Amino acid sequence: MALALQQLINGLTLGAVYGLIAIGYTMVYGIIGMINFAHGDIYMVSAFIAVTGFTLLAALGVSSVPLALLVVLVVSVLFTSVYGWAVERTAYRPLRGSTRLAPLISAIGMSIFLQNMVQLTQGARVKPIAPVLIGGFDLLTIDDFTVHLAYSQVLIILVTVALMLAFTFVINRTSFGRQQRACEQDRTMTALLGIDVDRTISFTFMLGAMLAAVAGVLVTVYYGVVDFYIGFVVGIKAFTAAVFGGIGSLPGAMLGAILNGLIEAFWVAYLPPEYKDVATFAILILVLMFRPSGLLGRPEVEKV
Amino acid sequence: MNAPLLRIENLSMRFGGLTAIDDLSLDVHDARITAVIGPNGAGKTTLFNCLTGFYRPSSGRVSLAHPRRGLLQLEELDSHQVASRAQVVRTFQNVRLFPKMTVLENLIVAQHQRLQQASCFTLAGLFGLPAYRRAEAQAIAVAVDRLTRLKLIDRADAVAGDLPYGMQRRVEIARALCVDPILLCLDEPAAGLNPRESAELNALLQSLSGEEGLAILLIEHDMSVVMNVSDHICVLNYGCKIAEGTPEQMRSDAKVIKAYLGEDDEGEQPGEFSGAPSQ
Amino acid sequence: MRVVVAQHAPSLRERLKDAAAVACVALLLGVPMIGLTTVDQGGALHVATRWPVLAIFVTLCFIGRLLARFGLDRLQLRRRSRPAAVSALRGTGALTAWVGWSCLGVALALPVIFSDNRYVVDTATTVLIYVMLGWGLNVVVGLAGLLNLGYAAFYAVGAYAYALLSTQFGWGFWQALPVAGAFAAGFGLLLGWPTLRLRGDYLAIVTLGFGEITRVILINWTDLSNGPNGIASIPRPTFFGLPFKPDGDTPTFASFFGIEFSPLHRIIFLYYLILALAMLTNLFVSRLRKLPVGRAWEAIREDEIACQALGINVTNVKLSAFAISAMLGGCAGVFFAARQGFISPESFTFNESAIVLAIVVLGGTGSQLGVVLASLVLVLLPELGRDFADYRMLLFGAAMILIMIWRPGGILAKREPTLRYRALSRDGGGP
Repeated sequence: MALALQQLINGLTLGAVYGLIAIGYTMVYGIIGMINFAHGDIYMVSAFIAVTGFTLLAALGVSSVPLALLVVLVVSVLFTSVYGWAVERTAYRPLRGSTRLAPLISAIGMSIFLQNMVQLTQGARVKPIAPVLIGGFDLLTIDDFTVHLAYSQVLIILVTVALMLAFTFVINRTSFGRQQRACEQDRTMTALLGIDVDRTISFTFMLGAMLAAVAGVLVTVYYGVVDFYIGFVVGIKAFTAAVFGGIGSLPGAMLGAILNGLIEAFWVAYLPPEYKDVATFAILILVLMFRPSGLLGRPEVEKV
Repeated sequence: MNAPLLRIENLSMRFGGLTAIDDLSLDVHDARITAVIGPNGAGKTTLFNCLTGFYRPSSGRVSLAHPRRGLLQLEELDSHQVASRAQVVRTFQNVRLFPKMTVLENLIVAQHQRLQQASCFTLAGLFGLPAYRRAEAQAIAVAVDRLTRLKLIDRADAVAGDLPYGMQRRVEIARALCVDPILLCLDEPAAGLNPRESAELNALLQSLSGEEGLAILLIEHDMSVVMNVSDHICVLNYGCKIAEGTPEQMRSDAKVIKAYLGEDDEGEQPGEFSGAPSQ
Repeated sequence: MRVVVAQHAPSLRERLKDAAAVACVALLLGVPMIGLTTVDQGGALHVATRWPVLAIFVTLCFIGRLLARFGLDRLQLRRRSRPAAVSALRGTGALTAWVGWSCLGVALALPVIFSDNRYVVDTATTVLIYVMLGWGLNVVVGLAGLLNLGYAAFYAVGAYAYALLSTQFGWGFWQALPVAGAFAAGFGLLLGWPTLRLRGDYLAIVTLGFGEITRVILINWTDLSNGPNGIASIPRPTFFGLPFKPDGDTPTFASFFGIEFSPLHRIIFLYYLILALAMLTNLFVSRLRKLPVGRAWEAIREDEIACQALGINVTNVKLSAFAISAMLGGCAGVFFAARQGFISPESFTFNESAIVLAIVVLGGTGSQLGVVLASLVLVLLPELGRDFADYRMLLFGAAMILIMIWRPGGILAKREPTLRYRALSRDGGGP
């Protein structure tokens, strides 16, 4: 019982992180119909920026945790969004309007490039940072098992919820959101109405990168270790979450991510933990077999 | 009159709250051209999709009296079985060719069923056994025959997607004919054709049904085609059949005029078209 | 006469401004990655700066952009003034055939020319493994138009099947090859059956998932696969029963032919073996392409709905593509296991799938020769960069992006028809 509660907390935390990244996948997929394979690596870049940032602030003698968090978040979001923009501009925009496979290959190339660039410039070793946010609440104890809610978990969940609200507002209420949704529906028509589609796409990539950047910083705070390979695994999980929820659907991405996080957490607790990745994919396959367009995706009527 | 080839009984198709086809019954006969007309959104293409297995109708029956295989319920078949087993073949409103393949290849793909069997599911074909070679030569002969008939033989090696639109439509019909249909369903075959091409289409349809006894079900907006070639017309509006009969009857039917033809009766200018009016 | 197309030529000022903008972005990108880094000093991280390196990087970006822009503009101008030459080049199917045959000629002669250079023959063998994998994957991706991001799984199944059959049951290479191939094909059917109803990108993620599942199972199912340690001492293929080893009691390859033993014999034999397997694959796939099933694959890539309307059972056709592609991947895996003598799950990661997919797409989906060219580029490029070994994969990633931008349709994008009416009617006066 206590273990279940603990895993619920851990699963939600994990799900929140996946969700922040999954939104980047689902938005990019919605607007240009491609799997942005390099998105996980954007998140990884942000985690490295966070490591540098926290270390630098510690060296400068900044001891206030909220201040350090805020500064690192802002700096990381800014730099990472430039990465998001640059990735789209160099690897995907020249391929717009070509075959479906071309941007996919270019994205895989970009992912390999980013991984190796970070490995070269930041080193291949795992980077552990000094803990930023220590401690937490002990919620309750049953049979010697204390359910623990770490401050970092509270932070992750709160930040994610706040960002989701802000993000929903941006997409539903602002003019950028309208343009973004219009481009998703029909890019040609949107362009004919005088909207700069290229710019909207660039913004979409930057927005996705920003959310991934937040995820990167939060994960660095949560786990305290970073290496150049984390982008791949988490990226795949987040993409799975996006597909799970119905790719192109924003609430779907969030739902899929939370389910993914919970499945993983509970699997680790009760079933052979080394097979947790199998579980994620197996459940994805099962879901897709019965609901081919994901949980919240609109079922596509075959247009004949 | 003989028993119909295809009998549609009380067919309905609902999408959520929308009823696209409402309790439709219709007979299609051998050697006759049956046209389905109606304003946009009347449910014509949905009807085709129900007949050819792309949609499962919400209710109703579609029975085909197949000359060799007996009575087939089309609404129970998958789309590929409708073509392979029931030999009911359709074309599409917006042409669906295999755009990167050549015209000849398009027509050979249409004979997949026969060739695949002749190749003993690839084994005989892999070793180039004579039985397969013969079947392939025959398939090519069939394709060449259809191409000659539709005046496409010069373009046999052209990439299908590069052809002008009118020609693509003809390729699609030629390809459908390669499946050896007993019922040919044409979805707006004259759309985008110029008057000369559409007159040629009239002649083709008449020769297919008149000389070869093929049953044709036709969706068409071009009244010069519908009025000239159809033996029987069924008028749909909002998924309901509002009238049925010969072209002459339809021309004077008040409901049809109101729903569809409007004030301007386009079908009244036969002089412009070279296709001979039927009957 | 030369036609000069009038176009707005950017002034120097505009060019400089453009390059400066790129340099600014480079600066922003470079600060957190190049300018700053963290180093481990006595167990704790410390920030180190590399501002001079960053300055060089930004300057290089500035100059690079200036030159690249200038070069591209010139190229575009020239391309516009002679479009005829480009289209003339495109219409030559004979050229590809010629290049193909000369590639085969070079491949046959290679071990003879480099008979004392183990490195060259080894690298060529690697290239050929990728060629074979590429041809196998091409069936699914290039012909049937289905995305498969987990091809390494089939490769792994073949390799493990051979490793287990040979180490546990003492099967030989030639006995195991068809069985392992069939096993991989069965695996392909197993994967394809539930998933082939899915549309393109869903299929992609599911195949990716299957690839990862296979790897995770291989890592953790220790009783079967010996886990991360892999399977070692897999028997090497023999020359029709004659092993490649120093003279002993039993006849060996060297003693049978009365030549002196050399470890190179096996390397060269392996090379010819994979060459033969690859050519067999090529023959097989080219033949299939001209059969009903192959045409149906291509037709499905072009328009699935039209296929259904013509009576083609789309699911069966897709399954056949999956199974055959899996079988070829499995056969390549058998060879891989036999060549290495040791396999572990490490050899079958997503990267492997991505490289094979890149080979297919970069080569030009559906083009057999394109796969050869792309394998050469993608395998040799990192090899050429061995002097800067650290930069190999960086170059690899950059090359994937650049080739895709240079030719989005692949190196050879032209499709050869499977039959021509003109040729038919010329041969036999028409059917």
